[in-house]
Amino acid sequence: MSTAMKPTWVHATILGAFCAGFGVLLALTDDVTKEPIKERALEDKMTSLGQVIPKSIHDNNPVTDAIAIPNPNAGGHGGTAETVVYRAMKGGQITGLAYEVNASGGYGGPIKLMLGVAPDGKLLGVRVISHKETPGLGDKIDAVKTDWITRFTGLSLGNPPVEKWKVKKDGGQFDQFSGATITPRAVVGGIRTGLEFFAANAPRMMEKK
Amino acid sequence: MSAKYGQIVKDGLWENNGVLCMLLGMCPTMAMTGTATNGFGMGIATAVVMAASNLMVAMFRNYVTHEVRIPVYILIVAANVTFVDLGMNAWMHELYKVLGLFIPLIVSNCLPLARLEAFAAKEPVLPSFLDGLFMGLGFTFALTAIGAVREMIGQGTLFADAALLLGPWAKVLELRIMPADWGILVLILPPGGFLVAGLMVVAKRMIDLASGKEIKMAGAHSV
Repeated sequence: MSTAMKPTWVHATILGAFCAGFGVLLALTDDVTKEPIKERALEDKMTSLGQVIPKSIHDNNPVTDAIAIPNPNAGGHGGTAETVVYRAMKGGQITGLAYEVNASGGYGGPIKLMLGVAPDGKLLGVRVISHKETPGLGDKIDAVKTDWITRFTGLSLGNPPVEKWKVKKDGGQFDQFSGATITPRAVVGGIRTGLEFFAANAPRMMEKK
Repeated sequence: MSAKYGQIVKDGLWENNGVLCMLLGMCPTMAMTGTATNGFGMGIATAVVMAASNLMVAMFRNYVTHEVRIPVYILIVAANVTFVDLGMNAWMHELYKVLGLFIPLIVSNCLPLARLEAFAAKEPVLPSFLDGLFMGLGFTFALTAIGAVREMIGQGTLFADAALLLGPWAKVLELRIMPADWGILVLILPPGGFLVAGLMVVAKRMIDLASGKEIKMAGAHSV
C-alpha cells in the first residue's frame, strides 16, 4: 500500500490506530502481570533478608514490620533521604535489623549492600545486592563467587576498633583481592558507615510501633 | 517453496548473519559478550522478540502506509519487548533475574528493525516469522561464539553460570579451562569485545573464501 500521495490524515489515522491498539494491549499486559510481579518482588526481598537474618531468630515477617529512619547519607529519590529498616522479632522482642547501605567509591559506581545487625550491634551478616564491579576482579565480593563477604559476620564497630575498619593496604585488617583494592575498600567503608548509622539510630530502630 | 525456506535458514544462521556479515546490533554484541552464557541469553531474548515482531509486521504489512512505517515498526518492537519483559518477570522469575538486564536493551538493537524493513514488510507471514527466528538464532550463535572466546581467554572458563540461566542440568556445561586466577583481563573489558568481534568477522570471511563462496558484502544498510 505504498501508492504515493495519500492525504496526511490517512497516515495519522493509521499511526494513531496502531498506538491505541498496542496501548490497550500493553495496559492489559500490565494489569495481568502487576500482582504476580509484586509477589515476586516481595519474595526476592524475603530471600535477600533471609541471607542476613537467620530464619531461626524471628517469627514475624520483617518486610511488613519495617520502619523508615531518616538518613542524610541514603541519598534517596527526590530528596526522601531515608533508610527502610526491616525488623526481625521473636515474641515481640526485636532480634535483628536489616537495611540497605549504598557503599560509595566502587570502581563501577555505588555498591548496594544489605546489612543484618543484632540489637547489640554485631553483624548478623552482609550481602552484596547489586554492583557493577569488574568481572573476575571486583566481583569476588559477591557471595556466589567467593566467601569473602562472610568474614564480616560477628564483627561490630568496636571489634575490630574503628580505625581498623579498612583494607590492609590502608592500614586496616581486611584483605583486599590480588589486583583489586578499590572494590573491597568501598565495601569495607560501606559496612562501617552502615554500622555507624546503626549506632546513631539504634533507639529509634528498636522503637515499638 | 522449501528451497526458499532453506535459504532463509542459511541466510539467518550464516550467510547473511546479522553480526558477522551485516555488522548490525553491535551495541548488545559489545555489551553482553563477557561470557558465553550472557551472549546466549541476550541472543535468545532477541530471537523471541524478532520472531514476534516480524510476524506482526507481516500481518499488518498491507495496512501500514510507507510514510509512517518506521514509527509503527518501532512501536511493534517496543511493545513486544515490554510483553516479554513483563511476562517473564511475572511467570519466569528465576530466568528473569538473569535475563532481565538484557531485555530492555533489545529496543536499542537495530537488527530487528532492519529485518522488519528489509524482509517482513514485503513478505508473507510464515517466511517473515522464520526470517525473524533464524536471524535471531544467528545472532545468538554469533554472540555465544564471541562470548566463549572472550570468556576462555579473559577468565579461563566456559559457560560460567550457565546453571543460573538454563537450570541445574547446565552445571555440566560450566568448564574451567585455566586455573582460577589466570586470565587476560582486557578480553573481558570493553576493548576485548571489539577485538574479538573483529576477528570473528575475519574468520567468517576466511571460511567463506576457503569454501569458494562469493563473499556477501553488508546485505542491509544500517537503519
